[in-house]
Amino acid sequence: MGNWLVNHWFSVLILVVWIGLNVFLFVQTFLKYEKSDEYYYTREILGFCNRTLRKPLDQNLTFHKLVAYAICIFTAIHIIAHLFNFERYHTSQQAKDGSLASVLSGLSHHEKYGGSWLNPFQSPNMTVLYVTFTSIAGLTGVIGTVALILMVTSAMEFIRRHYFELFWFTHHLFIVYFLCLALHGFGRIVRGQTKDSMKESHPHKCAQSFEKWDHHDSHCRPPQFEGNPPESWKWIVAPVILYIFERILRLLRSQQRVMITKVVMHPSKVLELQMTKQGFSMEVGQYIFVKCPSISLLEWHPFTLTSAPEEDFFSIHVRAAGDWTENLIRAFEQHHSPVPRIQVDGPFGTVSEDVFQYEVAVLVGAGIGVTPFASILKSIWYKFQRADHNLKIQKIYFYWICRETGAFSWFNDLMISLEQEMEELGKVGFLNYRLFLTGWDSNIAGHAALNFDKATDILTGLKQKTYFGRPKWENEFSTIATAHPKSVVGVFLCGPQTLAKNLRKCCHRYSSLDPRKVQFYFNKENF
Amino acid sequence: MGQIEWAMWANEQALASGLILVAGGIVATVGRFAQWYFGAYSIAAGALVCLLEYPRGRRRKGSTMERCGQKYVAAAVKLFGPLTRNYYVRAVLHLLLSVPAGFLLATILGTVCLAIASVIYLLAAIRGEQWLPIESKPKERPQAEDIKPPPSNPPPRPPAEARKKPNEDEVAAGGNPQVNPIPVTDEVV
Repeated sequence: MGNWLVNHWFSVLILVVWIGLNVFLFVQTFLKYEKSDEYYYTREILGFCNRTLRKPLDQNLTFHKLVAYAICIFTAIHIIAHLFNFERYHTSQQAKDGSLASVLSGLSHHEKYGGSWLNPFQSPNMTVLYVTFTSIAGLTGVIGTVALILMVTSAMEFIRRHYFELFWFTHHLFIVYFLCLALHGFGRIVRGQTKDSMKESHPHKCAQSFEKWDHHDSHCRPPQFEGNPPESWKWIVAPVILYIFERILRLLRSQQRVMITKVVMHPSKVLELQMTKQGFSMEVGQYIFVKCPSISLLEWHPFTLTSAPEEDFFSIHVRAAGDWTENLIRAFEQHHSPVPRIQVDGPFGTVSEDVFQYEVAVLVGAGIGVTPFASILKSIWYKFQRADHNLKIQKIYFYWICRETGAFSWFNDLMISLEQEMEELGKVGFLNYRLFLTGWDSNIAGHAALNFDKATDILTGLKQKTYFGRPKWENEFSTIATAHPKSVVGVFLCGPQTLAKNLRKCCHRYSSLDPRKVQFYFNKENF
Repeated sequence: MGQIEWAMWANEQALASGLILVAGGIVATVGRFAQWYFGAYSIAAGALVCLLEYPRGRRRKGSTMERCGQKYVAAAVKLFGPLTRNYYVRAVLHLLLSVPAGFLLATILGTVCLAIASVIYLLAAIRGEQWLPIESKPKERPQAEDIKPPPSNPPPRPPAEARKKPNEDEVAAGGNPQVNPIPVTDEVV
C-alpha cells in the first residue's frame, strides 16, 4: 500500500482535490438552501431542500468512470430529496388546518398577489404524478434519468467487453441526458422570496403573524416569490462546446484520403496494411481508429500502429478476432481492384511514448499485445541507424508471450534484423528478449530438445532460444534488480489484466524503498 | 453487430431496475408517502426481480464471467426449468411486475426501467435466445504442468537425467536395461 501511494501520489492528489471541490460545492449549496433567508418560506413547506451540482469533466477513461459514478450517486440523492419535497408540497396543498404551510400553498389564489406562488401544486386535485409529468423539471428529470440508467447498464464491463457496439451506440444517449440536464431548471420550480418582498416583509419579522397578512393594518404583506434561474447549463456549456469541437475535428480528419501502399497477408490470419495520409504524423505506440465503409458504415475500430515514426508510411497489423476484422481480411484476401477504401482517425497517444525516458525498460507483450512494442523496437532500430545520441535507454528487456508459433512470423523479420543490427554495432547486450511459448505440447518441446544444440532456434530462426511456458516473474525481476541496482526501470505491459496484476505486484516488491536505488514503474496499455 | 446477445443487456437492465424499485419503495415506505403500500409492493417486486436476474446466463460463444456468488441463486433459478429459461416468460413477468409500481412517483422510475428491460427481453426471445446456466468447467492445469509422468527408469542414474525430458517418454519403462538414445549433457532450460 505504501509502495502504491508512492507510485501514484500525483493521481491521488488530483483525485483528492476534485472530490474536495465536489464536497465543498455540495455543502455550500446545501447550506444556502438550509440557512439563507430568501428560502425561509420554502423551508417552511419542505423542511429542507437538497440541490446538488455536478460538473462533468471528462479527462480519461478512469476519471470518466469516476465522474459517472458520482453522477449516479448525486442523481440518486437528488431524486430522493425531490421525492420528499413533492410529497410535502402535495400534503401542504391538501392541508386545511390554516397552518403557515397551508397559507403559503394557497398564495396563488390571492387575486391581489396572483402570480407569486410558492407551491407548484396549485390545486388540491393535482397528484404528485400529474405535477411531475406536466412540469419541465419533472419531465426532463424522468427522461434524463432513464437515459442515464440505460447508459450505465449498457456500460457495464461485461457488456463493454463482449458487445461493444451496443455500449457505443447506447452511450450516445448522453445527448438526451445533457439536453434534459440543461433544460431541467427552466421551469423555475424552486422558488425563494424576492428581495423587495424581503425588505417589506422579512420572514423573521412576519412569519409568526401569518394569519394577519391579509389585514390592511398589519405591517406584513404576503411574501412574493420568484423562481431560481436555471444553473446547470452554465456548468456544462464549456465542456459541451469543447466536445462538439472535437467531434467535428475528428470527422474532418477522418475524411482525408488514405492511400494503401502495401498489403501483406501473414500466417495465422494476420493482415498488415501499410498506408499513407497527408499530414499524418505519429509517435511510437500510438493507435488509430479505422473504418471500412464497404464493411460497415458506422463502425470504427482501434488498432495500434506497428510502424515507427521514422518510416514514410504507417502500418497496422489486424488479427481476425470478430466479424468486422474477419470481413476486412477476407476483403483484402480476394484481391479486389480497387482495394476497399479505408478511413483513418487519429493518431491517439498512449503511454508508450514514455518508454524512451527510462534508462532500463522492461517490455512485456502478450500475443497480439506485442504491437506497440513492434513500433518501439523499430523506432529504436532507426535511431541506432542514424546514431541518435539522445536515446536514454541503456538496456531493454523484451518479453513476448505467445500461444502459437504462427503468430511469430510477421514479427520475425524485425527481430532477425534487430539481432543482426545489434551484432554489427557491437551492442549485443542492448536488447535482451525472451520469447515464451505458452501453447506448447510435447511434440514441439521434443522437437526443440532434439535441435537443442543448433545455433538458431528452430521455431523462429533467432539466436535467442524460445522458452516454453510462462515466465517466472520473480526470477526475472530479481535478476534485473541485481543487474541495475541504481536505475529507474520502466515496466510496460500490453496484455491481460491478470498479468498486469502480477507485474504490478512484482514492481512494488522489487522497487527499493530507497529512492536512489532501483525503482520499477509500472505502465499498462489500456484498450 | 450481428453478435449482440440482447438478453445480456436485458439482464443488466432488469437487475438495475430491481434495485431502483427497491430503493424507490424504501423511500416511499419510510417517508409514509400517500399510497405508500405501493412502495411496499415495490420493495417485494424489486427483490424478486433481483433474485431472478442475479445469475448471469451463459454466453453463446466463449466463457462467461459469473457474478460473485451466483452459483447458489442459479441453482434455485434452474429449478423452474422452462419458466426461467424462456425469455418470453420473463418479458411478460417483468411487464406485469412493473405496472403496480407505476402508481407512485417514487417507484415509477423502476417501472419505466423494468418495462424497458421487458422490451429488450422480448427482442431477445424473438431472436431465439435462452437462459442457460454457466457450467463450471473442471480446472485445467496450465500446460507446463501437463506433462506425462516420468518414466520409471531403474536406478542408478546420474542426477541430470532426473529432470523431465519429453523424449524419455519414448523409452519403455518396463524394466529394460537403461539405454539412452540421446547423450544427456546439459539441462534443457
